Amino acid sequence: MKKRSRRRSFGAGILMGGALLLVGSGYAVVNAETTPTPEPIAAEGSVEQIQVGRQLFLEGCSSCHGLEGQGIEADNATGGNGGPSLIGVGEAAVDFQVSTGRMPLAVPDAQAARKPPIYSQAEIDAMAAYIATLGPGPANPTEEELDLEDANLAEGGEIFRTNCTQCHNFAGSGGALTNGQYAPSLMDATPEQIWQAMVTGPQQMPVFSNETITPEEKKNLIAYIESLKVEPNNGGLALGRLGPVTEGLFLWTAGLLSLIAVAVWIGAKVR
Amino acid sequence: MSATVKTAGKSVRWVDDRLASSNFLKRSMGKVFPEHWSFMLGEIALYSFIVVLLSGVYLTLFFKPSMVEIVYNGSYVPLKGVEMSEAYASTLDISFDIRGGLLMRQVHHWGALFFIAAISVHLCRVFFTGAFRKPREMNWVIGVGLLTMALLAGFAGYSLPDDLLSGTGLRIAQGIMLSIPLVGTYLSFFVFGGEFPGTDFVSRLYAVHILLVPGLILALLTAHLIMVWYQKHTQFPGPGRTNENVVGYRLMPIYMAKAGGFFFVVFGVITLISGLVTINPIWLYGPYTPDQVTAGSQPDWYIGWLEGALRMMPNVEWVIFGYTISWNILVPAVIIPGIVFTLMGLYPWIEQWATGDKSEHHLLDRPRNAPVRTALGAMALSFYILLWIGGGNDLIASFFDLSINAITWFLRIAIFVVPPLVFIATKRICLGLQRRDRDKLLHGMETGNILRLPHGEFIEIHAPISDEEKAVLMSKPDRIPLPAPEEMDENGVRQPGARMHRLRAKLSNFYYADNIPLPTREELEAAEAHLRHEVEEAAPVMEEDRRLVPAHDGSVLHDPLNDDK
Repeated sequence: MKKRSRRRSFGAGILMGGALLLVGSGYAVVNAETTPTPEPIAAEGSVEQIQVGRQLFLEGCSSCHGLEGQGIEADNATGGNGGPSLIGVGEAAVDFQVSTGRMPLAVPDAQAARKPPIYSQAEIDAMAAYIATLGPGPANPTEEELDLEDANLAEGGEIFRTNCTQCHNFAGSGGALTNGQYAPSLMDATPEQIWQAMVTGPQQMPVFSNETITPEEKKNLIAYIESLKVEPNNGGLALGRLGPVTEGLFLWTAGLLSLIAVAVWIGAKVR
Repeated sequence: MSATVKTAGKSVRWVDDRLASSNFLKRSMGKVFPEHWSFMLGEIALYSFIVVLLSGVYLTLFFKPSMVEIVYNGSYVPLKGVEMSEAYASTLDISFDIRGGLLMRQVHHWGALFFIAAISVHLCRVFFTGAFRKPREMNWVIGVGLLTMALLAGFAGYSLPDDLLSGTGLRIAQGIMLSIPLVGTYLSFFVFGGEFPGTDFVSRLYAVHILLVPGLILALLTAHLIMVWYQKHTQFPGPGRTNENVVGYRLMPIYMAKAGGFFFVVFGVITLISGLVTINPIWLYGPYTPDQVTAGSQPDWYIGWLEGALRMMPNVEWVIFGYTISWNILVPAVIIPGIVFTLMGLYPWIEQWATGDKSEHHLLDRPRNAPVRTALGAMALSFYILLWIGGGNDLIASFFDLSINAITWFLRIAIFVVPPLVFIATKRICLGLQRRDRDKLLHGMETGNILRLPHGEFIEIHAPISDEEKAVLMSKPDRIPLPAPEEMDENGVRQPGARMHRLRAKLSNFYYADNIPLPTREELEAAEAHLRHEVEEAAPVMEEDRRLVPAHDGSVLHDPLNDDK
């Protein structure tokens, strides 16, 4: 009696699984037909690419940014989230926000956090191409602009210390801003993302346009940040490259406690 | 006589033939010191100071205390071609181009952090055990002086490399000078030789850092040790230990070996940490220019509490007749440390005056036996720690995903609320421990052995405590608050200074009134008789029934099922 009932439920499980598989793969096939994954297109904003981008925008972004990317004001009465206008933000902004996973926003918090991107680069390019049609804005850097081969590290360091360290910390480890906002660590940012952040000024960051920091200087700066990423810790364990606070913490925990432990050992009574 | 003592005697004779100091040396070598691990905290400070001196000498061979602007051309590529002061460039050279330089820098810096940390815990030990009481008040003051000098030496050293972090620290120091009414601007111009930063401070701080302050530290240190030597070391209460003797081991050979060995352990641990863990990576900070600053700009840990005070203080400024009074800097950076160090230095006299206790003390207090002092100390520590947290508020905010504003507001309130709560809690804990001590004296130790008597009653068997423990517990001094003064004398005339006396009686009450008195002799005798009776009562039952069943927690239960067997 017991055995039979167990077999029956097992059979039902298989049946259900098969049905799900069928429906799922069928949906995938149909879905793939309606929105084909676009190939990366080098030519700027081909018509198909813009169409794909618009489709992606309508599905994933328009609920906050509006159907035409005009932005939506937050509705406090219904708790509806708003989003800023995307007209004129340019492809650099789209690429930065989506490729760092900040958009789409997971939760309206003090600040959008970096997380794994949910769109492929081809999809991001398509959305960027669509947003670029809404109004002129900062473009992505060209390959020559990101060619760090003969960059001047010393000058890059000076620009870094003059413009970046007050928020991002001397080693690009990030730092706190007011009201729960923060300047993120630069150690995860790609050269392209650093460039895009400078020209678009995401969240709390000011814009460093090509007039403020020239493309040549940007290149040196990015080269310096890249050098920080690979620089070995010459003095040993770096304690997060966060300055004297973590050093003090280490001193009082590992350092002094070990000496006090030795003192207790030496002072222990011989029994 | 052992071989070591013979050798010692020989070397003493050799020296004595030349210096005629045999009496002093003979006495010194045989001097007795009491034993306790906490008496070695000061040793850690002493040894790390020696490490700092040695490594510092090495650094002076290569450091150039000059603010002449040069173009760096050393081997650290990211700074090649950058304009900087010679001080900063030579620190880079020490770090990258001089053999052993980076290790020495890190030994020097870690050693300095150890030095001040060890002073701090040593200070806590002296405070909480009442070792500062008469006749050692002067040595307490010297200790406070040593701490101040150590802070100054640390800050001057932190400012020498002329990197971005040290310059930022100096800028804050200059801001603090400016906040002092009337003399502030003059002081700042005097210290920096004109406008900040000028071209003088490195060479000036260098003299302070390598000559003036270390010289003062050495002098104070010598006085500190001489006084310990002549006044003899305090000891914890125990069997045979009184206010008139010192129980312990002789300097030679026991403490020579222990202290010598401990020196090498301290040296070794500091060197090991310096070899493995970065401290102050000045090459990442870059050279100082006043228009740059970095997130995570913090002083070393020992200035952290002042940084915290500065960060927590609301922005209050008064403008009087066109002159600004910056309470926002004056209060946290000048007034608070002023009060803290004054109270610290005067504490032995404050307690003496409040309690009227002017007798000599060579036996230490167990912290619980001085509940108010212990609670005051804990309160001061909580105040310090809250300020300390404030100094790292930005890192705490980014680490724990908090708002820096919320942390600051929390601390602004907590700094007034938490220390009193800590006072109350510590005092209650101390009094609780006193009660337990009294219970132990009266009822003995709980053995965990439960016994069922023939008529069915369960009792727990108590065992008398060891003589050693009894000596410790009985050492508790009986402290009675000063009586309230007579307002009028016998002729009905108001006593002079009656108000002062009344205040003093109140303070003494505050210190001593809640103390749990030791049991009297009668109580002790009665308790002893009771304990004897209990053991006697239990003995025949124990004898009769050997089948005691161990319970799950290790105690022993009488097994009723096996009663008949």
